[in-house]
Amino acid sequence: MLVSRKWLEQYVDLDGISTEDLAEDITKAGLEVEEVRGPVLNDENIVVGYVQECVQHPNADKLNLCQVDVGDGERAQIVCGAPNVSEGQYVVVAKPGARLPGGLKIKKAKLRGEVSEGMICSLQELGFEDKYVPEDFKDGIYVIDEEVAVGEPACPLLNLDDAVIEIELTANRSDCLSMIGVAYDVAAVYEKDLKLPEPTVYIENELSSDYISVEIENDKANPYYGAWIIKDLDIKASPLWLQNRLISAGIRPINNVVDITNYVLMEYGQPLHAFDYDRFKSQKVVTRMANEGETIITLDGEERTLSPEHLVITNGQSAHAIAGVMGGEESEVQDDTTTVLLEAAYFNPSVVRQGSKDHGLRSEASSRFEKGVDITRVKEAATRAAQLLSEIAGGKVLGEMVEKGSTEWNPKIVEFTASEINQRIGTEIAIDEMKNIIERLRLDYEVNGESFTVKAPARRRDISIKEDMVEEIARLYGYDRIPYTLPEGVMKKGGLTPRQKLVREVNQYLQKAGLNESLTYSLTKEDWANQFVSPEIKALGLEPVALALPMTDLHSHLRLSAIPELLSSVQHNVARNQYNVALYELGSIYLQKEKDQQPEENMRVAGVITGLWEDHPWQGEKKPVDFFVIKGILEGLFVHLHDEEVAFEKAELDRLHPGRTAVMKLNDDIIGYVGQVHPTVQKEYDLQDTYVFDLNLDQVLEAVQYREDYRVITKYPAIAQDLAFVVDRDLPAKQLEDAIKEQGQPHLETVRVFDVYQGEHMEEGKKSIAFNLIFQNDERTLKDEEIEEARQKIVKHLENEYQAVLRG
Amino acid sequence: MDYIYHEEVYKLKERLNEIKEEALEQIQSAVDEKTLQDVRVYFLGKKGQITEVLKGMGKLSKEERPVIGQLANQIRDEISEALETKKTKLEQAALEQQLEEEAVDVTLPGRPVQAGGPHLLRKVIREIEDLFTSMGYSVAEGPEVETDFYNFESLNLPKNHPARDMQDTFFITKELLMRTQTSPVQARTLRKHEGQGPVKIICPGKVYRRDTDDATHSHQFTQIEGLYVDENIRMSDLKGTLNVFAKHMFGEDRAIRLRPSFFPFTEPSVEMDISCKICQGEGCSVCKGSGWIEILGAGMVHPNVLEMAGFDSNQYKGFAFGMGPERIAMLKYGVEDIRHFYTNDIRFLKQFHGV
Repeated sequence: MLVSRKWLEQYVDLDGISTEDLAEDITKAGLEVEEVRGPVLNDENIVVGYVQECVQHPNADKLNLCQVDVGDGERAQIVCGAPNVSEGQYVVVAKPGARLPGGLKIKKAKLRGEVSEGMICSLQELGFEDKYVPEDFKDGIYVIDEEVAVGEPACPLLNLDDAVIEIELTANRSDCLSMIGVAYDVAAVYEKDLKLPEPTVYIENELSSDYISVEIENDKANPYYGAWIIKDLDIKASPLWLQNRLISAGIRPINNVVDITNYVLMEYGQPLHAFDYDRFKSQKVVTRMANEGETIITLDGEERTLSPEHLVITNGQSAHAIAGVMGGEESEVQDDTTTVLLEAAYFNPSVVRQGSKDHGLRSEASSRFEKGVDITRVKEAATRAAQLLSEIAGGKVLGEMVEKGSTEWNPKIVEFTASEINQRIGTEIAIDEMKNIIERLRLDYEVNGESFTVKAPARRRDISIKEDMVEEIARLYGYDRIPYTLPEGVMKKGGLTPRQKLVREVNQYLQKAGLNESLTYSLTKEDWANQFVSPEIKALGLEPVALALPMTDLHSHLRLSAIPELLSSVQHNVARNQYNVALYELGSIYLQKEKDQQPEENMRVAGVITGLWEDHPWQGEKKPVDFFVIKGILEGLFVHLHDEEVAFEKAELDRLHPGRTAVMKLNDDIIGYVGQVHPTVQKEYDLQDTYVFDLNLDQVLEAVQYREDYRVITKYPAIAQDLAFVVDRDLPAKQLEDAIKEQGQPHLETVRVFDVYQGEHMEEGKKSIAFNLIFQNDERTLKDEEIEEARQKIVKHLENEYQAVLRG
Repeated sequence: MDYIYHEEVYKLKERLNEIKEEALEQIQSAVDEKTLQDVRVYFLGKKGQITEVLKGMGKLSKEERPVIGQLANQIRDEISEALETKKTKLEQAALEQQLEEEAVDVTLPGRPVQAGGPHLLRKVIREIEDLFTSMGYSVAEGPEVETDFYNFESLNLPKNHPARDMQDTFFITKELLMRTQTSPVQARTLRKHEGQGPVKIICPGKVYRRDTDDATHSHQFTQIEGLYVDENIRMSDLKGTLNVFAKHMFGEDRAIRLRPSFFPFTEPSVEMDISCKICQGEGCSVCKGSGWIEILGAGMVHPNVLEMAGFDSNQYKGFAFGMGPERIAMLKYGVEDIRHFYTNDIRFLKQFHGV
């Protein structure tokens, strides 16, 4: 909402209040000021001039030499290049010393040998936006088409000295979608008088009802409709003051009739519509719901197809307007219009909303109807328009607006006590001060002791319950004056749940392990949504959840894995020469197990690493990421969470390297995978070797075991033994390790692979694998024989079970 | 004592002195421990030069022997001492050489520690979580794919409510949608309490709006909301709580301002501004000349919301507030483009890993 200070001053005295203070004070009262604009120009050297003589410049074809009366008997010679300048015009003259909005300073000058004492201005030069410059003056100077005094300052005349406040209104304050509504609030803030217009109109003897009747078919959609006939109109440009007002409100002047309805729209917040009566071609207005498939060509020239959800204004046959949204082209007011049918109505907000939504038409009118206009002022607004049509456009207003329906309003009654209000705000506002605030708001009320009863008027339909009055009183009392307190209730233990703490543990672990926490989009491309999905999720056979109406194909489906978007992030980095990237994301995937049902959300942690894992070149330490780097990170996580029984098993998964991929299992359930991105997929993303993992964090966290005991550090020595075997190349090391562990009991403490060799000097299809075994007993020193016995048992078992050959 | 020594005595004395001279010379010129060892063996060993001399003592008289013996011992000691001294010297030299060889250029870069770190948004969220949990709040979470009921209706936004226009929603079906705010978590949590206060929670999480991504809009972003429902909760409690929050997040020197606003789920509703850090309230381009920067929305929980969740709105009151970690991060660090939070450019991420 754009609020002109000068316009506002018609209703409220703002003397002594700067525009900046006004902006701040109403912001604090709930009308948030977005911006204060202007004044554009207020220069006394810019005056009204009268062109007494205009001849061609002796030395230039395209220039004119004008003798201009600039008041006080002063006459100035001005060289003017505008094609439309001529004798007998009232124009705007910038005299020497004037400074124009662009910063141009006017000086006495010589142009092609002739003295020029100033400049005759175009509207653009005076700072008007192009869209407000009438067609006739687009390529030339502005000519004032009104009786004005020569020498008079021109800035006030063109409203350039006005300041405009842009207010960002909240959805509940539609009362301030009008100048009068804003004036109510400003008067309340400053405790000032309010001077509202009291429209009166001279009425002809002839009756409107001789020309028109009104019929309402659906009084729920259209509770009230008034039709007024105004004859003998002279359509032309509006007077300057009216144009100024509209421009300050951001509305382009068109002609006097249209401008007047717009003016009343801005003043009262009541949309009106003027039909050309002769083009309406009927003596009756029938408002009804549209028929299915009925069409209308609206003012913007578009043909619109209607449905029974839309309210239309008809002439008994065809639709001439979509009620409250836009008029029809057929009965548009044109330059030759002489009689108008003025519509002043109240339409149901949700019906108008439906119409404007379905046709994509949001106008100043529809946005007000949608929020509900002040039904008790519809007639007054119509009278205001009729008055102006008579005064400005020479119209003859026929007797009695023809009305159907009711403008009655049942005010909402809100009851409260002063102590209730104080208890809720946390203040001690005296009863008298509350009374004063309610009076300033101009609400009808009664008070009995400390009990108030407020009748909320139609203009303030946002007030309906006690809490609304808490807000009204608090905002005018001043939010600044509310004290700072903390709740006084019983102390309650808060904090993170064990699970939330674990999630933080996981985050901290992964960050310490070298991964960067990342955030990607949950909504992804359709094909990505179903890629890199972990086998236990894939086994559910679900489709990714699809949006009904995505903004873009890039974000149309909910992911089943974060990996595709993470790979895209890696690609972004690599494309910018950031080759070593390690990312992880902790977030949901969305599992819709039944059609149209709310999906389950599965918390996962996914990660991706590419490039060098170790990079310390001047000491020759450079190690690209490999399978065991990423596996090591995951193993460390499981150790950290005491989830040590997680097993890694070789797996072949879509889009992953068949020889470098494993699934992770917890108690035989798959909980995720880890592996290298398939070389062909790496190519798609333009990546070097890249490793990923996707882990079901819900399952991992469920299996977490908290450490609850402590093992005394033993004073007896541990004994180490190394064993190397030659085995089949395909034999997984884990099998040997497990077998050794089992056979080495009861004293074998740890088994660790310390060397793996295959290739030269090794039989085809074989590999050598060496283990480091640590034996330990907490109570005593182990005897050599015990170790030897265990060793032999292990060797024998491996020879028998795995055809392992002990190396010398 | 006037002995006339046997001539042999003089010869042996002379020999011993020669040995001494010779030994000291060789020790003096020795360059390594091996040479010293050889010298020791040659002069002092079992078959060494001194032993050789002592063998010649047989020809001497009883009185003469101790003279030579004493001298031999003395010279043996002198050689030994010279050897020790030289050995220490050589060791010292070797150590010095080793140290010199081991010297490094301390200005060369150290081995980088491969550490990752938190995402800026999550860091902001955790900081807010930590503040409020220290004040007795719990952290509540809820689904990102929500029902129309929890996202709208339970928050006093019935179907066809004009305020639904304020949020452009990604619908999945008529009843399912991507939540547009974290407020449904409040509604869910209230319901779980079955009309029994107090409820003290904050709810962080991802939310979604039907926006085209650009520098200031993101179809996915984060929110963190707070809710406190109890008997006798006042607007001044909201103001006090927000003041604690603002000072904690932005600094003790920042002032707050509440302005009336509108949200369907709170009444009265407020917006909170903090004083601009750049101009300290004087007005600058960052705060658009107002001296204030909008940080969050809040208000007193609407009675309809309480009632719908099974709370008696006469007995219980509450306040709620909500904010965008993106906005807080952008203000705090001057991040100019919201898309940075979701692009995961390593050069962006790394900047926020430290304190």
